[in-house]
Amino acid sequence: MKLNPVRRKRLTLALIIVVGVGVAVGLTLYALKQNINLFYSPSQIVAGEAPLQRSIRVGGLVVPGSVQREPNSLGVVFTLTDTAQQIQVRYTGILPDLFREGQGIIAHGRLVAGGVVQADEVLAKHDENYMPPEVADSLKQAGVWRQFKQQP
Amino acid sequence: MTHAVPVPHSFYRLASPHYFYEQSGRLLPWLAAVTLVLFLTGLVWGLAFAPADYQQGNGFRIMYVHVPAAVFSMSVYVAMAVAGGIGLIWRLKVAAMVARSCAPIGAAFTFLALVTGSLWGKPMWGAWWVWDARLTSELILLFLYLGYMALQEAIEERDTADRASAVLALVGLINIPIIHYSVEWWYTLHQGATILKLGRPSIAPAMLWPLLVMLAAYGLLALLVVLLRTRNEVLERKLNI
Repeated sequence: MKLNPVRRKRLTLALIIVVGVGVAVGLTLYALKQNINLFYSPSQIVAGEAPLQRSIRVGGLVVPGSVQREPNSLGVVFTLTDTAQQIQVRYTGILPDLFREGQGIIAHGRLVAGGVVQADEVLAKHDENYMPPEVADSLKQAGVWRQFKQQP
Repeated sequence: MTHAVPVPHSFYRLASPHYFYEQSGRLLPWLAAVTLVLFLTGLVWGLAFAPADYQQGNGFRIMYVHVPAAVFSMSVYVAMAVAGGIGLIWRLKVAAMVARSCAPIGAAFTFLALVTGSLWGKPMWGAWWVWDARLTSELILLFLYLGYMALQEAIEERDTADRASAVLALVGLINIPIIHYSVEWWYTLHQGATILKLGRPSIAPAMLWPLLVMLAAYGLLALLVVLLRTRNEVLERKLNI
């Protein structure tokens, strides 16, 4: 494509702006990589990457069969996994509708001694799969359900 | 323009505001009719006939309004930045007018995506708003649109306003890949991509079809609004000369 010198200069300038801003923002985001994550994974907590007694979020799948409710209060204890490591979460309060065993959730709270997270808020993380209930049932029956569930 | 002789190719002739006004006028009624039909079909199909989701029940239906709004909030921004860039480099009047016309509909889509997402987030996630990467970058997109419009209005002289805001649009372009890839690069509360990802879309066909109709409807609505506003610009700038 032939361009006259003035337009070529403007085009170069526009490209420099776009590429320059792109590189600057890219480097900034790379430097802030950890801080932009909304939550820690259980593996990161087991590896000691999360601070003790500070406000953090932890995300993972609720291990099936691990949810224990206290009989006389709203207290609940469950185990979170990222399929590699597991940690325990304690919470008192009402859980969101989508909270169930095998579901991805994010808990906001503090990491206390012994690798237990004392949560003050639990959010359900929805996955990107949409299907009618009958399809979900037939997938479960066919034994291919796991591959449709998210990896946190 | 430097050309005294008419340029034969129709694409180049679109650069003339007069030709653009004539041609877009012919297209408008058809475009409006198709957009209306697609909206009615998509909304009725999605809200009444598509099956309920296995986990979210009927709550998932808000995606027929939310997803196309979010998709086109980004597409319209790209169109605005590209048109602005063409206006900046080649000094094409029509391109500058198109760029200016993109901003309000893009801002409206962004706002709609944020509001519908928030309404869905409360029952499904348990929170109206979370500062995760996807939500935050989409909010920044809204501020970019508002900043663009404010800059356009702040400068009295049209050509200067067009050039200054085109630079702002180009700088803000970096936010688009950040919004799209935020759910892959970082741990976010927002779920990952359903349609625009490698492999098959992870949505049942009976739910996907109405969504595709709604996507087409939003796309044509954006085109329709941009054409209408650009035509107004053509008339307004004629009057100002």
